[in-house]
Amino acid sequence: MEVRVANVRKEFDRFPALHDVSLDIRSGELIALLGPSGSGKTTLLRLIAGLEMPTAGKIFFGDTDASEKTVQERNIGFVFQHYALFRHMTILENVSFGLKVRPRSSRPPAGEIRRRAMELLDLVQLSGLEKRYPNQLSGGQRQRVALARALAIEPAVLLLDEPFGALDAQVRRELRKWLREIHDRTGHTTVFVTHDQEEALELSDRLCVMSQGKIEQVGTPDTVYDHPSSPFVFGFIGESSELPVTVENNELWIGGRAIGVPAGDTPTGQSRLFFRPHDVDLVEGDAALAGVVTTSRRVGGTRRVELEIGGDGHRVEIDLPFDHPAGEKSRIAFRPRRWTLFPA
Amino acid sequence: MATKLRARTHRRISPTSESRLVQWILIGIAFVFMAIILLMPLYAVFHEALAKGLNTFFAALVEKDAQAAIRLTLLVAAIAVPLNVVFGLAASWAIAKFEFKGKAFLITLIDLPFSVSPVISGLVYVLLFGAGSFLGPFLKSYGIEVLFALPGIVLATIFVTFPFVARELIPLMQDQGTGDEEAALSLGANGWQTFWRVTLPNIKWGLLYGVLLCNARAMGEFGAVAVVSGKIRGQTTTMPLQVEMLYNEYNATAAFALASLLALLALVTLVLKSALEWRYGDEIAASGK
Amino acid sequence: MSAAVSPAPRKGLSFRQPSVIPGFGLTLGFTISYFSLIILIPLIALAIRSAGLGPEGFWKAATDARVLGALRVSFVTALIAAGINVVFGTLIAWVLVRYRFPGRRIFDAIIDLPFALPTAVAGIALTAIYAPSGAIGAIFAPIGWRIAYTPVGIVIAMIFIGLPFVVRTIQPILEEVSNEVEEASATLGASRFQTITKVILPSLTPAILTGFALAFARGVGEYGSIIFIAGNIPFVSEIAPLLIYIRLQEFNYVGASVIATVMLLISFAMLFAINLIQAWSRRRYGYGH
Ligand SMILES: Nc1ncnc2c1ncn2[C@@H]1O[C@H](COP(=O)(O)OP(=O)(O)O)[C@@H](O)[C@H]1O
Ligand SMILES: [Mg+2]
Repeated sequence: MEVRVANVRKEFDRFPALHDVSLDIRSGELIALLGPSGSGKTTLLRLIAGLEMPTAGKIFFGDTDASEKTVQERNIGFVFQHYALFRHMTILENVSFGLKVRPRSSRPPAGEIRRRAMELLDLVQLSGLEKRYPNQLSGGQRQRVALARALAIEPAVLLLDEPFGALDAQVRRELRKWLREIHDRTGHTTVFVTHDQEEALELSDRLCVMSQGKIEQVGTPDTVYDHPSSPFVFGFIGESSELPVTVENNELWIGGRAIGVPAGDTPTGQSRLFFRPHDVDLVEGDAALAGVVTTSRRVGGTRRVELEIGGDGHRVEIDLPFDHPAGEKSRIAFRPRRWTLFPA
Repeated sequence: MATKLRARTHRRISPTSESRLVQWILIGIAFVFMAIILLMPLYAVFHEALAKGLNTFFAALVEKDAQAAIRLTLLVAAIAVPLNVVFGLAASWAIAKFEFKGKAFLITLIDLPFSVSPVISGLVYVLLFGAGSFLGPFLKSYGIEVLFALPGIVLATIFVTFPFVARELIPLMQDQGTGDEEAALSLGANGWQTFWRVTLPNIKWGLLYGVLLCNARAMGEFGAVAVVSGKIRGQTTTMPLQVEMLYNEYNATAAFALASLLALLALVTLVLKSALEWRYGDEIAASGK
Repeated sequence: MSAAVSPAPRKGLSFRQPSVIPGFGLTLGFTISYFSLIILIPLIALAIRSAGLGPEGFWKAATDARVLGALRVSFVTALIAAGINVVFGTLIAWVLVRYRFPGRRIFDAIIDLPFALPTAVAGIALTAIYAPSGAIGAIFAPIGWRIAYTPVGIVIAMIFIGLPFVVRTIQPILEEVSNEVEEASATLGASRFQTITKVILPSLTPAILTGFALAFARGVGEYGSIIFIAGNIPFVSEIAPLLIYIRLQEFNYVGASVIATVMLLISFAMLFAINLIQAWSRRRYGYGH
């Protein structure tokens, strides 16, 4: 099912949590909402679910206006960060719940409900645990039950709010892979919220970066990583270094020296240069960025050094081979291999 | 038109709440039940007490036996409550600050008097000190009267109010752990100093809360005291017993006048208790509510 | 934590784990002595007195028609009252936890009135209201329904004293039920009514059972608030605690002891049941209190 969020605004007691947000979610895709805490991800997800109502704007499920529908009628699967399992029900009862509460006319027979629940438990690899209570499962297992429970109603859209947020790193990585597999197998349109960029990059077909109640960029992980559309996205996704530069004669200048980087069609004046620490070339000679090493530490197979550029105290980080001899106070000249300029 | 209206109602109702109408209906039912069961009796006490005017009311309160009953009630509470405070402090110190075998069982035992009928709480002392017992005649030969006298009334009161202070303090002190005490001891304080300067300030509101409840019950206890007191007018009748006597003598107004004092005590207790909960909720948080 | 400071932790072997905090012997010693003197020894005196009858004599005394009648009155009325309290207590807890309305805090504070109001005061007040001439009694008198001086009156008094037990047991657990669980239920298609009846109420079951058991146990043992309103007609409205009192007045100590022992055994069984409910709910659902 396609979901269209059109010019949605949400205020909580006058506090705007979302400003004029529009987003098209394609049928069958797995899209990640990524952003820092408080950026409005949960709010957007809850609006789609119908757990909140927008202050202004509309949400469409296919062609129907969802504002006409209650949560119950929207037929969405929602997975909460803290599982929200029914603790007095067995795993099987939890998974069957959505089918059992249907009105008699659309409720499958008991045997069928049980069969489907068992099938789903098999899908989430929890066969054999159906008689347990949530309290008797690990966090990762509980979240899998929560997912099976949401899938049982054959939701039009599957919404997950930081589903792995409460789990430890190891389990998180496993479940991440596994969620992707399940998505590929079932093909549900899926929106999942995370503040973990690695998770978003690895898992999603597309990602939607949010900040302060606005959408900053929507695109495939590669597009967002390689062509960030704003300083915020550049800074938030992946590692980045930033320097204030001057554009003149179609070249970039720092502290009165050209650094050998062409400015393309950026207009003359002040600008902000962004690049990634690993996207640099060490160079000899004059037309380059040069700095003095302030700190240097080895991170796995590379050496991450922080350089002070010029006398204004601007600092950037670049990666060097781990056996590079640079020590503190040594001088290093480099040029970004790939970069982006944003207006100052 | 119809769909528009529906959409608008949805907008107002959260999926995890009931409509305002349903809310008010439920609040209404709860309130009416509470008013009939709790408020009406409270009102009735004052209404009946003042039914024959203020003069009759005050006359009933200053009457000689009523005065004796008030004095006895205060005296009993003044003995029973401090004893249970000492017990509550000792028990919670032992239970909260140390790990030992049988602790859970001890906690259950402390609550035991709550599941004993007040009449039985009195009865056990009658069996222990009454005619046919070994202790009664023995003490009597030394001129000590327990039954139908102050000691019996105090003992029965202690029995029924036994758990109040301890059960407030135990969870509170368990919550607070032993860190503060260990710090004080490591700084050179001795045991008593640690208790007075570190532990007691930490638990003072919880303690007050326990004392409040303990006192209310001590002054109001009826069944247990009725059994051991012998109801000698002007001597062994506490306020609740005096209320009963007056009532059974068809002197309802006087009975209710004295009862209104006890009801007032209950109200003051409730106000102080709520004030403590609102103001120092965190510091008595581990207790009950 | 304390084990780290001690020279040689001998876990499992010693009665208590070592600690740097002083006063264990003193406080535990006092706790146990005080408990033994006030509670344990008197209860043993009771056990000895009824054991003196021998099994046959005990059985005969316990199955005396009037005793059985009184026990039946006490248990049946307490069951009915606890049942009514569960319904309205749950409703009141719900309203207090979920809804915001003017006067909520005062409403909340008043729930504890039965804890604070002396039972004798409650007893005469309820009688004044439900007697044929009283505010409510007068409504039912013309159609021939009598409340005071019948078992219905007993039930009403038991509702009064039992209500806070139910409310105060359910309230904290209801506060714990997370909003998300209700939202999950709604997203799965459950109507609000289904969410309440299939998700929220079942998760309160242990608390409701515990509240029921507490209110029931309190009702069975209650004396002061009942004897005024009950009418005290043997086999009809004579409660077990009153029969103990009557036996004592007749100096039939053994008879009193037998009834008391039966009641104690039953209330200890209740206590045990409550502990079982909580252990079961903790084990299965991961909560209790
Ligand atoms: N129910 C609410 N009442 C008031 N403010 C809220 C509520 N829910 C969210 N907010 C506010 O809206 C903003 C966005 O919140 P949220 O959507 O939860 O962010 P995220 O999920 O990205 O961390 C935050 O500033 C938060 O404080
Ligand atoms: Mg969030």
